[in-house]
Amino acid sequence: MRWLRRNVIVIAGLATLAYLILPNVVVMVFSFNKPNGRFNYSWTRFSTDAWQDPCGVADMCGSLSLSLQIATWATVGATVLGTMIAFALVRYRFRARGAINSLIFLPMAMPEVVMAASLLTLFLNLGAQLGFWTILIAHIMFCLSFVVTAVKARVMSMDPRLEEAARDLYAGPVQTFVRVTLPIAAPGIVAGALLAFALSFDDFIITNFNAGSTVTFPMFVWGSAQRGTPVQINVIGTAMFVIAVVVVVAGQLVANRRGNSAKA
Amino acid sequence: MSALTEAPPAADLPVRKASVRKRLVPYWLLVPGLLWLIVFFALPMVYQASTSVQTGSLEKGFQVTWHFQTYWDAFKEYYPQFVRSLLYAGTATLLCLLLGYPLAYLIAFKAGRWRNVILVLVIAPFFTSFLIRTLAWKTILADGGPVVHALNSLHVLDVTSWLGWTEGNRVLATPMAVVCGLTYNFLPFMILPLYTSLERIDSRLHEAAGDLYATPATTFRKVTFPLSMPGVVSGTLLTFIPASGDYVNAELLGSTDQKMVGNVIQSQFLRVLDYPTAAALSFILMAIVLVMVTVYIRRAGTEDLV
Repeated sequence: MRWLRRNVIVIAGLATLAYLILPNVVVMVFSFNKPNGRFNYSWTRFSTDAWQDPCGVADMCGSLSLSLQIATWATVGATVLGTMIAFALVRYRFRARGAINSLIFLPMAMPEVVMAASLLTLFLNLGAQLGFWTILIAHIMFCLSFVVTAVKARVMSMDPRLEEAARDLYAGPVQTFVRVTLPIAAPGIVAGALLAFALSFDDFIITNFNAGSTVTFPMFVWGSAQRGTPVQINVIGTAMFVIAVVVVVAGQLVANRRGNSAKA
Repeated sequence: MSALTEAPPAADLPVRKASVRKRLVPYWLLVPGLLWLIVFFALPMVYQASTSVQTGSLEKGFQVTWHFQTYWDAFKEYYPQFVRSLLYAGTATLLCLLLGYPLAYLIAFKAGRWRNVILVLVIAPFFTSFLIRTLAWKTILADGGPVVHALNSLHVLDVTSWLGWTEGNRVLATPMAVVCGLTYNFLPFMILPLYTSLERIDSRLHEAAGDLYATPATTFRKVTFPLSMPGVVSGTLLTFIPASGDYVNAELLGSTDQKMVGNVIQSQFLRVLDYPTAAALSFILMAIVLVMVTVYIRRAGTEDLV
């Protein structure tokens, strides 16, 4: 009993972790299912068919590659624009900083459906063709704020004396930026870029409004909830989970090794 | 920091010229990104405001007639969905706080060398599309499934049915399923800010509290929790705001009786094509959320959110 009382937080925390992971486990298990009918909601029997033929469903891999392309470009756009804003906000004093800060904060403090709907009214009024470009524009828009926040946090904790030292050692402004500023800010920029990629790749609500008849991967999954969910969706979900874990763990290992060699 | 940005003392003309150019640097850095936000975030709001006071039809075209009646009509017709959205989002936020706090605490103070493993497990599900994971809840909560069976034999479903959270012997297509999905989907947005603010707490404060004969409960109440307030505030906002506009969970896990306001906005915009009503609804939602968030931030007394 005393043991239970002492470890109540650990038990509660692990229970929450189980709640978080449970759907991933279910997705993984059901990627080996052979469903009866169009929906993959109940277990029938073990099969590796879906894993052997992950693109065997019409249009699924096309939507997947479209999502990857959009996420890549949205990441590039939002990271470049966001990093520039973050540097300006942290490093310079100018008028209208407060207004600019709220303009950056607001997209994060707005229900997604409101942004999605208002962007659609803009595109409708301009008579824009909904599709790849409208999706990309929307994704850069909502990823921007997150990148600014991530980079800002890192740049704020940077010691400006390092750059002063570089300048004292006769480094030019460009050299200082490339050799000193950028490497120090890099973790913040990478974090912002990863966040942007994940947000863009997974976005459904804003894409749903502004995609027209273009189908991204989340839209394919959404449609499949009505038409029938192929097992291949679980295969992709599992693969993404595994890749994410491997990438993060590998990143940790590299960071650890670098830390160790720096110490040695 | 100011030493960096201040221009060197201007002695002669060339230096002064350079300093003018230098003073423009922040604006060159800001302009592209801010332009993007103004054109694709702020301007659309203006367009939506104008749409909300238009009348007309899709065939004949819409005209701005300053018909504010749309707002009132939309609110009158859909206030149950507004109330439900706020209720579901509020409940999910509270559940996220209750579930997320122990895990954030565990990662910050008790995990030791498991810390990074648990953090990866919190973040990695993000990379499996949230729609796929939400669909997995359909399997988990399925009518004949183990969860429903267990809840049934423990007579939990009797109680929840009596409370109106579930219906009969099922969980799917009931309010409980929608709230469960919302809680699940936004839980990481609660855990990460909580963890960040808990991690910043100096562990010597805990020792000091112990030295002053505070029980663990008192230490938590008087030291840990107040110091984690920034995380609690940003966590609840990051959970409540997106949850109030979400329509995915209500669509996939709820029944047609549990429509949230997001579902209404989506169908008005994309299916019914009644743009003025849809725009008015989304403005009402935005206004409600902004007012609630402002009041909440005032009450909680934290300004440093971003």
